[in-house]
Amino acid sequence: MKRTTASLLAVLLLAGACDSSGGGSSSSDVPGVTDTEITVGTHMPLTGPAAAGYSKIAPATKAYFDFVNAAGGINGRKITYKVKDDGYNPATTQQVVRELVLQDKVFAILNGLGTPTHSGVLDFLKTNKVPDLFVASGSRSWNQPDKYPGTFGFNPDYTVEGKILGTHVKDTYTGKKICFLGQDDDFGKDSLAGIEKVVGAVAAKQTYVTSNPNVGPQMGALKAAACEVVVLATVPGFTALSIGTAAKIGFKPQFVVSNVGSDPATVGKALGQAAPLLEGVVSANYLPLNTDDSSPWIQLFKKVNDQYNAGAEFDNNIVYGMSVGYLFVQSLQAAGKDLTRDGIIAAVQKNGFQGPGLVPLRFSDKDHSGYGGQQLTKVEGGKAVFIGQAYTTDDGDGAVQPYTGQAVTPPQNGIPTA
Amino acid sequence: MTDLREKSVAPVVPEKVGRKRRIPPAVAILLGAALILILTYTLPPFRNYQLATVGAYFTVTAGLTVLTGLNGQLSLGHGALMATGAYTFALTQNRWLSMPLSVLAAIVVTTLAGVVIGLAAARLRGPYLAGLTLAVAVVVPSVTSTFDTTFNSDMGLSIALDPPPGTIPMERWQAWLCWAGALVTAFLLATLTRGRFGRDIRAVRDDETAARLAGVHVARTQVLAFVVSAACAGLAGALFAVLAQSVSPGAFPLTLSLFLVMAIVIGGLGRLVGALLGALLLVLLPALAQTAGERSGSQHLEGNLALVIFGVVLVVVMLAAPGGLASIRFTLRRK
Repeated sequence: MKRTTASLLAVLLLAGACDSSGGGSSSSDVPGVTDTEITVGTHMPLTGPAAAGYSKIAPATKAYFDFVNAAGGINGRKITYKVKDDGYNPATTQQVVRELVLQDKVFAILNGLGTPTHSGVLDFLKTNKVPDLFVASGSRSWNQPDKYPGTFGFNPDYTVEGKILGTHVKDTYTGKKICFLGQDDDFGKDSLAGIEKVVGAVAAKQTYVTSNPNVGPQMGALKAAACEVVVLATVPGFTALSIGTAAKIGFKPQFVVSNVGSDPATVGKALGQAAPLLEGVVSANYLPLNTDDSSPWIQLFKKVNDQYNAGAEFDNNIVYGMSVGYLFVQSLQAAGKDLTRDGIIAAVQKNGFQGPGLVPLRFSDKDHSGYGGQQLTKVEGGKAVFIGQAYTTDDGDGAVQPYTGQAVTPPQNGIPTA
Repeated sequence: MTDLREKSVAPVVPEKVGRKRRIPPAVAILLGAALILILTYTLPPFRNYQLATVGAYFTVTAGLTVLTGLNGQLSLGHGALMATGAYTFALTQNRWLSMPLSVLAAIVVTTLAGVVIGLAAARLRGPYLAGLTLAVAVVVPSVTSTFDTTFNSDMGLSIALDPPPGTIPMERWQAWLCWAGALVTAFLLATLTRGRFGRDIRAVRDDETAARLAGVHVARTQVLAFVVSAACAGLAGALFAVLAQSVSPGAFPLTLSLFLVMAIVIGGLGRLVGALLGALLLVLLPALAQTAGERSGSQHLEGNLALVIFGVVLVVVMLAAPGGLASIRFTLRRK
């Protein structure tokens, strides 16, 4: 009985094995790289509690790659982007990343999204020597060059953001009661650390988990503590939930929201009829805003979005996704024709990338964190607009300083050169 | 539950035929071990990882099928028991970095949890038992976020593991560990259910009053069955923790518990072969669903398609072969 079943098992697994081994034939030794193709993969919350807004990022990156591929690719190689849904569930991330690395043999993992999700695959990617580029999160974990030499961040880390938001809060709302609601993981903790570095201990702090879509008790506690300013380190769905819940219980503090949870288009959609509640919400960004039609970057990304992303609603997630694509193409160009995993890591460490960002990327051999600062935004008339100027700082005790560097414009054809 | 079993399984396993064809468990296990060894050397890494996952699932479905199929107790909370094992493993491993110790701790702690739930379960019947175990499954994420200093909330804990000995690839090592656990479990369960314990739990399942008249201690038998099954779940939880090198509440959602029950029903209730087939399906069907989702071009479909496929398979199998997949093969052979 057992033997028959066991042989059945063997046949099934072998059939599967043949299926996978027959597919890919590579002419070089580098996984995921042939003379005509580069395969990279990512894990994204296409479904689940963080899907609102974030599910648009990977299609935008893919659209930018299609745009580059249509122009002949990079060094004759076209970019294939494999997007796997992890539902923002760390356990699923484990599975899909193994599948990408072991089965699909991707060259690199690009822009894997989420602090709790991506934290769990760092060791696996390190063991398999897979470049782990431009993680879509601002956790400080990505910046550990000694421990994880192949991992690089993209977002400004949440502590940098917290310090910049904190400085604004301290200067603008002097003497008011400042409180905090954050995700119960490194996202929330790092963010709170940054804020408290500047404003001192907050009057009240609360946490939430994405598996429980109810922030009633938390907002109730903040109301009871008579908070006047509430800083949110939340993903978009929970930004909407927090602001909506506060309004329901007649609690109207000034909201200051982390960049990752602040896209007005995404949050506004989640709030539906209550979208006007967003008016006056303060946040920050480090990429051009989707509504700024005068920016040459926005013009380029809109063009790509119309041609290769079926004209998806153009929000800041699309700007983000395309900026990631642009940076990856820059890295490929810098790594040169003989593309290897070590080569691209060296190229990213060398840095010198100039792109859509308002502030420089911090990459070096000692520093693997992404953008080093942000500029404040405020929602006015349903749109986010920049206020003041961009600031940079570090995740330690360094001062928050104005950044005065000049913005660059994209190349004529929209594709960076080596 | 009792009704269901009387209709489905009892006629499918006529004792006489079963005994004639029986291979001694030890032989089957050795053959299985040899086969796994060959497979781990021939399969590519990702298939080895999937093979390891099948082994880990088999560990828990084997225990569950003894509980539900042979003893008639329906548990919707085995995912939570696995979480207990996995978290115990993670905490012990990160403290002392000794895998045998951590696995042992996982089994012991989950067994204790099994005693507590089993004691309550022995007093409940049918839907009330299902309700109790369901509550256990639902509570896992709240526990991890309430005691977040220990369990680190949704983010979970990452686990420090020693690298595999020598030059053995990670995935092969994982497959060996998982199948070692699974085969030992299967051997112990097969031996156990063929002896007096097996007769007792079947007697309790079929007719409690008759069993009591025959001198079987009903409550004790039920608690014991639950405890044995919980120990298997604890081991499986530890194996899953080894596989993922991390543990988080998202790995043990309510749907996992439901999938486990579905898997043993589809595979064939009360039979270890059925549990093995169920474990195989738990790995193959989601992979199939994902491929189908990708081919269809809709990325939003991917996350949800596995549920649909599982449901359809359940309906089809129950219509075509009420005794589960294991029974299909059996009837074919008899012809």
